[in-house]
Amino acid sequence: MAHDPHGTGRLPAHFLTPGSSSFHEFLAAVNPDLLPGRHGAGELPVVPTDAVRHGTTIVAVTCAGGVVMAGDRRATMGNVIAQRDIEKVFPADEFSAIGIAGAAGVAVEMVRLFQVELEHYEKIEGNTLSLDGKANRLATMIRGNLAAAMQGMAVVPLFAGYDPDRDEGRIFSYDVTGGRYEEHSFFAVGSGSVFARGALKKRYSDDVAPDAAVRLAVEALYDAADDDSATGGPDLTRRIFPVVATVTAAGYQRFAEDDLSALVESVLAARMINPGG
Amino acid sequence: MSMPFYASPEQLVRDRSEYARKGIARGRSVVVCTYTDGILFVAENPSSALHKVSEIYDRIGFAAVGKYNEFENLRVAGVRYADMRGYAYDRRDVTGRGLANAFAQTLGSIFIENNKPYEIEVVVAEVGEAASSDQIYRLTYDGTVGDEDGFVAIGGQADAVSASLKEAHTAGQSLSDALASAVAGLRAGATAGNGEARPLTDDTLEVAVLDRTRPGRKFRRISGPALVALLPQTP
Repeated sequence: MAHDPHGTGRLPAHFLTPGSSSFHEFLAAVNPDLLPGRHGAGELPVVPTDAVRHGTTIVAVTCAGGVVMAGDRRATMGNVIAQRDIEKVFPADEFSAIGIAGAAGVAVEMVRLFQVELEHYEKIEGNTLSLDGKANRLATMIRGNLAAAMQGMAVVPLFAGYDPDRDEGRIFSYDVTGGRYEEHSFFAVGSGSVFARGALKKRYSDDVAPDAAVRLAVEALYDAADDDSATGGPDLTRRIFPVVATVTAAGYQRFAEDDLSALVESVLAARMINPGG
Repeated sequence: MSMPFYASPEQLVRDRSEYARKGIARGRSVVVCTYTDGILFVAENPSSALHKVSEIYDRIGFAAVGKYNEFENLRVAGVRYADMRGYAYDRRDVTGRGLANAFAQTLGSIFIENNKPYEIEVVVAEVGEAASSDQIYRLTYDGTVGDEDGFVAIGGQADAVSASLKEAHTAGQSLSDALASAVAGLRAGATAGNGEARPLTDDTLEVAVLDRTRPGRKFRRISGPALVALLPQTP
């Protein structure tokens, strides 16, 4: 908690100073130690990749009236599978989703901060940020992590949401410098993204229905896991399936486990006949 | 600036209290009360943009009367406090009691240290898992905190509104009953204030709830057709 110079328990002056609606800026002013990736940045040597958990593949696919985001469940430390059931797709707020690839520790912290950032703005201002505004806020946070990224702790999120002004789903990708790029139709990030994007390129068609887009995303993750050792495929023995979420005018909805189980089994059945999809 | 004459602490506190009370008495009232699924906030507020009732955190709501810039300042501080705590620890570690304490200390020291006290009264309410753990705190301009049971009225005609609510409010009542008794209370307050009742319709009422049945963030505003449907039919 921030310091209290008077020792009276009263809220410090920073709290009562009018100004920014950004929680990120407030945190940077009052308690910068809590910012993701801030610890020892610039002083530490490069962190070897087998010392931290890495998240792998995230895909996003636009569909009629929204967007679908999906992520595999694997985290790796070098050649070791560090976790089989990590979750890498989160609701950023009611109408947007964020998926993370890269150093998982920093990334999860960044997602948490981003969620608070959007909610904080909404509470202070009384209305929500535009989708572009949200995408830009995320870019600023990633830029703040540049020093850590240079030491091997890069975070590369994928951001997607429903834009009520245009009544459509939109996808934004980022690089470590905070560069923000709007993607059209579909996109993937992480170690298996090349294969996922290749798969989507062949199967995607405009204005695909949400259910079909969910299947496309699951197929793309299957193809990524097929060719990338760091991406986890669907695990039928442990019943661990990708996290799949749709964002439409109805808001962020995570695909239910039971429906997903049926879908994954149908994808696998098709692959039994034709392994290449 | 000339040096002030000596004023006794009693005199100082009395003057400041009187000043703050006068400011608050000019404003319209706000009612906060429990209902079966949570806590209801009803404010007489003709503006739909400048809120008197708002969300602080998952389970915590805020209501205020008095000078807008002063309670807005406190509200923003409360949102910052809650978001900071929730981010540094966990969402469950943000409590209404903690926030009420921080507000009380802040109002208390502003009352003594600033040139003028804040002319505001504030309610911090937290909805619990069950009705028995609902909490309503009333804070006044000098940092006094009261833990209220069931309902509280703040603002210009708080006494008249409270008297009406005391008759009408029962624990475990439905949302529409709670709203009806709150509106009746505000009407009694308005009548006591200037003798004639202002119309209390969906245009002049600001209504919100902390609904324990909602997942995640419990705060929800009720306005437009949803409010019309809920309001008692007779004017």
